[in-house]
Amino acid sequence: MKKRLSIALLGALMSLGASAATPKDTLVVVKNIEDIVSLDPAEAFEFSSGEMVSNIYEGLIQYDSKDPSKIQSALAATWKTGADGKSLEFTLRNSAKFASGNPVRFEDVLFSYRRVLRLNKAPAFILSQLGWTNDNIAQMVTKTATGAVAVAWSGDFGPGYVLNVLAARPGNIVDEKLVLQNEQAGDLGNVWLKGNSAGSGPFKLKLYKPKEVLLLEANKQASAAPKVDNILIKNVTEPATQRLLIESNDADIARDLGPDQIQALRANKDIRIEDYPQAAVHFISLNLKHEKLRNPALWEAMRYLVDYDGISKQLLKNQMRVHQAFLPVGFAGALTTTPFKLDPERAKGILTKAGINGIEMNMDLINSPKFMDMAQSMQATMAKAGIKLNLLPGTGAQVITRYRARQHEAMLLYWGPDFFDPHSNAKAFAYNLDNSDGSYQSTTTWRNSWLIPELSAKTLAALKEADPAKRAAAYMAIQQEVQARSPIIMTFQEQGQVAFRSNVKGYVQGSVADLIKYEGVTK
Amino acid sequence: MRSTLLTVLQSVLSLALMLVVLLLVTFLIGKAAPIDPVLKVVGDRATPEAYQQALIELGLDQPLHVQFIRYTLHAVQGDLGKSTSTGRAVVADLKQYFPATLELATAGILIGTLVGVPLGMLAAHHHNRWIDQLLRMVCLVGYSVPVFWLGLIGLLVFYAKLGWVAGPGRLDDVYLYTLPSWSNLVLVDAIRAGNMQAARNGVMHLLLPATLLGYFSLAYISRMTRGFFLEELGKEYVMTARIKGASELRVLLQHVMPNVVAPLVTVISLSYAVLLEGAVLTETVFSWPGIGLYITNALFSADVAAVLGGTLLIGICFVLLNTATDLFGHLADPRLRR
Repeated sequence: MKKRLSIALLGALMSLGASAATPKDTLVVVKNIEDIVSLDPAEAFEFSSGEMVSNIYEGLIQYDSKDPSKIQSALAATWKTGADGKSLEFTLRNSAKFASGNPVRFEDVLFSYRRVLRLNKAPAFILSQLGWTNDNIAQMVTKTATGAVAVAWSGDFGPGYVLNVLAARPGNIVDEKLVLQNEQAGDLGNVWLKGNSAGSGPFKLKLYKPKEVLLLEANKQASAAPKVDNILIKNVTEPATQRLLIESNDADIARDLGPDQIQALRANKDIRIEDYPQAAVHFISLNLKHEKLRNPALWEAMRYLVDYDGISKQLLKNQMRVHQAFLPVGFAGALTTTPFKLDPERAKGILTKAGINGIEMNMDLINSPKFMDMAQSMQATMAKAGIKLNLLPGTGAQVITRYRARQHEAMLLYWGPDFFDPHSNAKAFAYNLDNSDGSYQSTTTWRNSWLIPELSAKTLAALKEADPAKRAAAYMAIQQEVQARSPIIMTFQEQGQVAFRSNVKGYVQGSVADLIKYEGVTK
Repeated sequence: MRSTLLTVLQSVLSLALMLVVLLLVTFLIGKAAPIDPVLKVVGDRATPEAYQQALIELGLDQPLHVQFIRYTLHAVQGDLGKSTSTGRAVVADLKQYFPATLELATAGILIGTLVGVPLGMLAAHHHNRWIDQLLRMVCLVGYSVPVFWLGLIGLLVFYAKLGWVAGPGRLDDVYLYTLPSWSNLVLVDAIRAGNMQAARNGVMHLLLPATLLGYFSLAYISRMTRGFFLEELGKEYVMTARIKGASELRVLLQHVMPNVVAPLVTVISLSYAVLLEGAVLTETVFSWPGIGLYITNALFSADVAAVLGGTLLIGICFVLLNTATDLFGHLADPRLRR
């Protein structure tokens, strides 16, 4: 009797069990969305929010996901450079409509740009580089007699650079009428847009519960309708849990798997792994506020004390590829040479010649597995030439807080470009004219107290260069200098690894979060 | 009458004082963290002007005591400030995350109590015999094996391999966005909407993490139950009952139980309070959007308003549970009523 009862109970339990399959009309993505602070394009500055914003909104123009050095049409059907080379004119697509059904007008464009400047949140600096302020924006962005959008700027750079800026995240256009209907206490709809959307992109935001779930729904008004009705993005922070979900067919795409999970999933024939080079470049930097770290021989020796291949292949299983220049592969002018290999003997020789006999330094790093693995390997290889690295792991916010205050000695960190123009990284790695404590800059150079008047002049000259080929060559030369002789030891470029159920096709992932596109996905 | 009023007044005052001290300590810990909270709002690339604007919006330009007094005054009016990590009001966040923890902790403590108390009684009854030793080992495992590991293994076996329970998360995808959220307690919302399928699905999702937390708390509850019972079993009234021919079950339930129920309820309510704090690792493994994970992540980004709001809520839970336990003690133990 007892046995029969337990079998019946077991049967009942099994019948209740979850049927493992994702809904047909919904693509289920598991990833970590904890970083999202806001989905308002004037505020979104995190990886995950960038991805959402670029699937919900459109700018006048956009980067080509496959080759971001090319600009494509979005809300603007065509554009041309003004005769003076200091203005651009965009003709809006005739039939363009927001998800609300409202037509896209010149007023929406002006409103959106002004909104970014007035709210003055994290991404505002990208637009203000064009010399735009809340006060002068109405003179800089005007409506022509034919109804086109004329854009002017002040600053010594060409239209190519301006196009790259306008294709970036804060260049997205919001539906003025809808946003203003939902304004609260003069916030220009900022609070409302954190949980709602007002764009013209392929999807609209149906539901968002921070740190839990986000649902995108196909926008029927979009110029090209998405192939799947819904994208359900679930917050799953633990990589091992992500692996179980995709293996059990409860997820179609898993986005944040670690090297171990990826290796295990490669053996599963129902799952496909794809690699996507990312724009984030990794480095060790030395803070020159400390006298002991100022010797260029030390900089040179440390370049021979990183086990580049071991970390990339064995330790991180290709989640990092060896890359020793500040422009990531995919950017115009990216330098791809990798002259440094692990060579402790050579490093020892360089140090001895410079009279450095043993040195000890603290290295700050983020306490995630990836950074811990890299740092421990570096600690071991550096020790071979008498460099004692003391590791100081901390949370991301903690590490950045110390870095901004220039309190670190060595730092193991990464840098992702703000927008797709070589200047975004060149400014960070090869420009610093004022090293004083009071003139804070978010650049790698200032944060490591590396004053470089000559290199800065070259960086400014490259920015002004209008000829694309000459401009790329100029960046190449600047990278060579930083690569050979700087307190910044460039090491790796990140590589995203994504797992798909084998029936999922059409997913596009470029090298930054804004280039992740869901509209072509089928399952 | 006057003395009762005075007692009530005294308890309310001491409660308020306790909560203020709790807030103050949490506030100071949050402020001592070497993390710049503005970074979460504007990122690390913003211009100094944008940074300054965010700093002022957060009220961080004010001296510490002004910040604290301002926070407390708002808190009294039910405004717990804005979280920098979700961009929403902390009250809205707590309404979303606390029910998830409440559901999990309640299911966990039910399992822990319903299984733990009988096991403790069994162990006391078989004192120092093999059953007692076996139960001791089972409890030791529950208490010492990392819940993180047990959770992953549980998911691997019961979800991925056997398919007996549903996977991580609180509901299957189909219900996730069709079920109207009213209380944010999945089971309550499902029953209220008359959607029994969703309710069943919710139970299947709850089963594994709740059992895990139940196992964790039963380890403690059963050891304490054993101790309480052993102490009583050596007393004369038990011997008298046995001599009078009472069955062992009757001795345990009718004679001993009333004497241990008050301390036992204290143990159970404390375990419940611990579960209500949220189990960060369990929440991580099971993608359970609860309050433990919320507070921990908030702490990592120096999101002081969120940490304070969460701590306050948990503090209130502790106080309420304590008061309820005291009340129960008064009812259960005639000596305390005198």
